[in-house]
Amino acid sequence: MSTGAKDHAQLSDIFNKDEARVDWHDETLWFVRAKRDKAAHSLPEWETLRETASQIKDNVLSNLHEYLLQFEANAEKNGIKVHWAANGEEHNKIVHSILKENGVNRIVKSKSMLTEECHLNDYLHKNDIEVIDTDLGERIVQLAEEPPSHIVLPCIHKKKEEIGELFHKHLGTLEGASDPVYLTAAARDHLREKFITRKAAITGVNFAVAETGEFVVCTNEGNADMGAHLADVHIACMGIEKLLPLRKHLSVFLRILTRSATGQPITTYSSHFKKPRPGQTMHIVLVDNGRTTQLGRKDFRNSLKCIRCAACMNTCPVYRRSGGHSYHTAIAGPIGSILAPNLDMKNYADLPFASTLCGSCSNVCPVKINIHEQLYKWRQVIVKEGYADPKKALAMKAMDFTLSNPTIYKFAGKAGRFVLKHAPFTVNNKLNLWYKHREMPEPPKQSFGEWYKQNNKND
Amino acid sequence: MTSREEILAKVKTNQPGPRPLPADLSTVPGGMDSLTQFKTVLTTIGGAVVEVTNFEEIAQYIQQEFKDKKRLISTLPELTSVTESGWENKDPHSYEDVDLAIIKAHFGVAENAALWITEDLMHQRAVPFICQQLAVVVNKADIVATMHDAYSKIGDAEYGFGSFIAGPSKTADIEQSLVLGAHGPKSMTVFLLG
Repeated sequence: MSTGAKDHAQLSDIFNKDEARVDWHDETLWFVRAKRDKAAHSLPEWETLRETASQIKDNVLSNLHEYLLQFEANAEKNGIKVHWAANGEEHNKIVHSILKENGVNRIVKSKSMLTEECHLNDYLHKNDIEVIDTDLGERIVQLAEEPPSHIVLPCIHKKKEEIGELFHKHLGTLEGASDPVYLTAAARDHLREKFITRKAAITGVNFAVAETGEFVVCTNEGNADMGAHLADVHIACMGIEKLLPLRKHLSVFLRILTRSATGQPITTYSSHFKKPRPGQTMHIVLVDNGRTTQLGRKDFRNSLKCIRCAACMNTCPVYRRSGGHSYHTAIAGPIGSILAPNLDMKNYADLPFASTLCGSCSNVCPVKINIHEQLYKWRQVIVKEGYADPKKALAMKAMDFTLSNPTIYKFAGKAGRFVLKHAPFTVNNKLNLWYKHREMPEPPKQSFGEWYKQNNKND
Repeated sequence: MTSREEILAKVKTNQPGPRPLPADLSTVPGGMDSLTQFKTVLTTIGGAVVEVTNFEEIAQYIQQEFKDKKRLISTLPELTSVTESGWENKDPHSYEDVDLAIIKAHFGVAENAALWITEDLMHQRAVPFICQQLAVVVNKADIVATMHDAYSKIGDAEYGFGSFIAGPSKTADIEQSLVLGAHGPKSMTVFLLG
């Protein structure tokens, strides 16, 4: 997503202009987080499940080469055509060529964060292929010409009145109507016509099984199934890290995925695609797009264990108050902030700093990714590589100089206390970022060092 | 070098040292009785439970509750008296106006009220998704406790397509308000047989 040169803080400022909306956004996501807690706490074996899922994913990453070969062989044996894409561009070209071969210029697509990451819709649009996103939330943001702001709840930033307006304009619903039941029914009719008439369907992949060559797609709406079972051509796009060794491992992941995401015990549909139906062709596009590089980064490879549940976003105090669009990347929030710098360290240098490092993300992660530790490590890499915000880098240098020199440190403390006391206007203004949303503290009469010296003498 | 070779080579170089697979998990004993839990969870997620002892009762229920519906189809030979005949082997798009589809499930899972249904029980893959309302028959004796039991039961079974279906199609994409009937069935009735 192109946001010009604006960074997370500047984009958050835009979101924060409407304080009531920030509160609403914050509360809505906290409501989802609370549902996750209830679901997790209802299983006494929850922590065992997390640990097991984490270890299975560790095994996958350590043996990925073998699993990829095994999956490819089994999928092909099942009659699925397997493609390999080194990057987003190649992925888009492969999808386009399959559609061209089949003479298709209008398609339906269910949710796939990978295709967002690769900007597939833009690419196909430029090549005169119409893409209809069929997940309700994704269709809403598509009509609004916006990217999704959340990987599970794509239009969580939109109010029902805004959706009503969009539907009035594009789907001809009644002006001013904003009842979710009415709007969903209108979307159902609108999208049914697309499902019935489109010859090709793209879906994402939640899990793929090396042992059997099958892949699993989870939805609540049934849109992936409606698309795939009615289309002559089904293209499933997946990152190479989505593999699981054995079919039975799905039990662990299907138990934790939706409980972590929305607090449901499972999605309505967990569909296992193993073979194309008679007369249908089925394709899988295996995409790298930076994943093999991340695999080689010891401190960051754990991020590839992610199952895209969004629990880290829902719990994040920064995400909830800055909105998904402030992250200017396909996957927002804490997990997006450790994935994005791998793809483009310069463009996403701001994201690892968009965190309080409170660690809540790591605590809720169902596959135990040490998200907040990686955020902290990315900061160090980014500063070392020279991609840090120059203002921040300069401030850090000044701090380093001050803190490593006792005389300067003592003088700086004195000067600070003097200024706060005698010339508060020099810090209580817009130029001081700390003054924004905060009152500056009352200056103490003396520093701890001075107090200690004084009291130590009295002993 | 093709992208395939390039990706595989890079994976081989960059993947960390071996990490063992953890021990398999199984159902933790001492939970709620599976049948009771299945019924509770299904009701919570918007499904309806109907307990029956034989197929005549199912046929009766369908005639009574769905009498205003035009197009009823079923894959179950026991229900031919109350459903359309000769609906099979058509273009899947033609099932768009099916009001009610009644199919069978291999088994149900108590912890999430999901029913495991493979292609052979659907007749065509589109059927349980495209119908306006879905009804599924499952034996009471075939309710297992958790997904661990579910995959033990599936084992290495062969199928082209299979799905766990839990309740009616739903969405909460508009301000987190739950609406039943997103793209698929607006309701789901489960006949617990036995």
